[in-house]
Amino acid sequence: MSVDQATVRRVAKLARIKLKEENVARLEGELNSILHWIEQLNEVDVTGVEPMTSVVSVKMKMRKDLVTDGSYPGEVVANAPAKEDDYFLVPKVIE
Amino acid sequence: MSNLTSLTIAKAREGLRRKEFSALELTEAYIAEIEKSRILNAYIVETPGKAREMAKASDARLAKGTAGALEGIPLGIKDLFATKGVHTQACSHVLDGFKPTYESTITENLWRDGAVMLGKLNMDEFAMGSSNETSYYGNVINPWRRHNSNAALVPGGSSGGSASAVAAHICAAATATDTGGSIRQPAAFTGTVGIKPTYGRCSRWGVVAFASSLDQAGPIARDVRDAAIMLKSMASVDPKDTTSVDLPVPDYEAAIGKSIKGLRVGIPKEYRADGMSPEIETLWNTGAKWLKEQGAEIVEISLPHTKYALPAYYIVAPAEASSNLARYDGVRYGLRVPGNDIVDMYENSRAAGFGPEVQRRIMIGTYVLSAGYYDAYYVRAQKIRTLIKRDFDKAWSKVDVVLTPATPSPAFAPGEISDPVQMYLNDIFTVTVNMAGLPGIAVPAGVSKDGLPLGLQLIGKPFDEETLFQTAAVIEQMAGSYKAPQWW
Repeated sequence: MSVDQATVRRVAKLARIKLKEENVARLEGELNSILHWIEQLNEVDVTGVEPMTSVVSVKMKMRKDLVTDGSYPGEVVANAPAKEDDYFLVPKVIE
Repeated sequence: MSNLTSLTIAKAREGLRRKEFSALELTEAYIAEIEKSRILNAYIVETPGKAREMAKASDARLAKGTAGALEGIPLGIKDLFATKGVHTQACSHVLDGFKPTYESTITENLWRDGAVMLGKLNMDEFAMGSSNETSYYGNVINPWRRHNSNAALVPGGSSGGSASAVAAHICAAATATDTGGSIRQPAAFTGTVGIKPTYGRCSRWGVVAFASSLDQAGPIARDVRDAAIMLKSMASVDPKDTTSVDLPVPDYEAAIGKSIKGLRVGIPKEYRADGMSPEIETLWNTGAKWLKEQGAEIVEISLPHTKYALPAYYIVAPAEASSNLARYDGVRYGLRVPGNDIVDMYENSRAAGFGPEVQRRIMIGTYVLSAGYYDAYYVRAQKIRTLIKRDFDKAWSKVDVVLTPATPSPAFAPGEISDPVQMYLNDIFTVTVNMAGLPGIAVPAGVSKDGLPLGLQLIGKPFDEETLFQTAAVIEQMAGSYKAPQWW
């Protein structure tokens, strides 16, 4: 499988990365060279093989459903590029 | 005082206990050496004030007789670890200005044991790279150079700052992380010892996430004993990380010096890849010979899916990365580049904040997870991962440990490798270990024809780091230790 320039633009949109038009052709080439290299995986017979979900065979740990952390909104927003009181500020999203 | 920086952790520990010097004197010696070594670009942030404060507190505890296992030992911390109130940005522009309000579990464990923080270490952006050329803060220089050459070499990556700093003796040891080889490859390039423990041994809490099912932290140190001392403090069972495994942390140091008589060492035939350089092959054969001389039994084994590990990794890791890095949107932390609306702001911030390699991997990850491709790529890669792990599970009935080269070549020059796939091939010997969640250690074992260090890798059974330290110590004893001649 290979990608064309329209796919490169679509994937960038999905990834929320603004592409400069002059970079589209370069990325098309780079992504295709990686994807072609990955294609050797098609040689492997994976019939009946379960996909891996965890490398170590342990049972998922459960914790008590209790509040153990929180109540410091000032710290939560401390690194925000824009904030007001204890809220993150973003451009208007609802008219 | 600068000879204090030549002490290993084990020797510095002795000197501090015997009051031959104070923790503050030791820290001052490192601070002075760091200032003289800025050309290496290993540290991106130096924290001398904090280091002095911590060293004084160590001296107080040493005087009271309440010293911890790493009391007064000055360490460098990879920029991937959250350190409260101190620059933590994964060497990415997208995390501009970020100073966490919390501490990672691993660094918390180190401070609990009395260690001193010298600063934050350079790395490839978000740990994506094999040469430390993708950092927003510039390339790291390897203290090693080829014979009769002044040309700079890369220290490997992604933990290039950690490896360079340890090799240059501008920290006693460093924290590092390894998703596909990022501890072991730079360790091999710099003549240092690096161990990636079993997945689940060290807590990932407070470590900036790259590929969560592969990421694992470990130390880079000057010798095997120091690596064992570091891992003992870094490892823990952490309720804040559900993948942290409930097993007590053993005394790794106790494994060093134990005989390897009767140990079964596997040599995987698939690692004799086409075009393996003769000097790497010789190094590998020499390593096997040393272990045999010390009483180990050498057994040829087969790990048939080895060649598929790297391409499968370049589906799994970018897929997980594209998901983990979705959080960098210019809203809660880091860089914000304004736009016409909120989506435009996200796109501008991410385009300006991520470097080319990170963007490439996010794009690959987004593509392989997108509708219609998920089964063909991601699910297939995870099935191949099952097969890779099965290969090792079978091998463990025949052998106790596996010996391989750590890297396909010694350190190369910046700019020498520009093709992404060629760069990815640096991890060809290390990446299977991450795919199977196993522990692996890189230990210096010789030098190239140009006088550069070369490393061997030992791979162990899950949670059998002790056998790795035991066996690596034998290789180290036979190979000796390596120190870059100081030119800076």
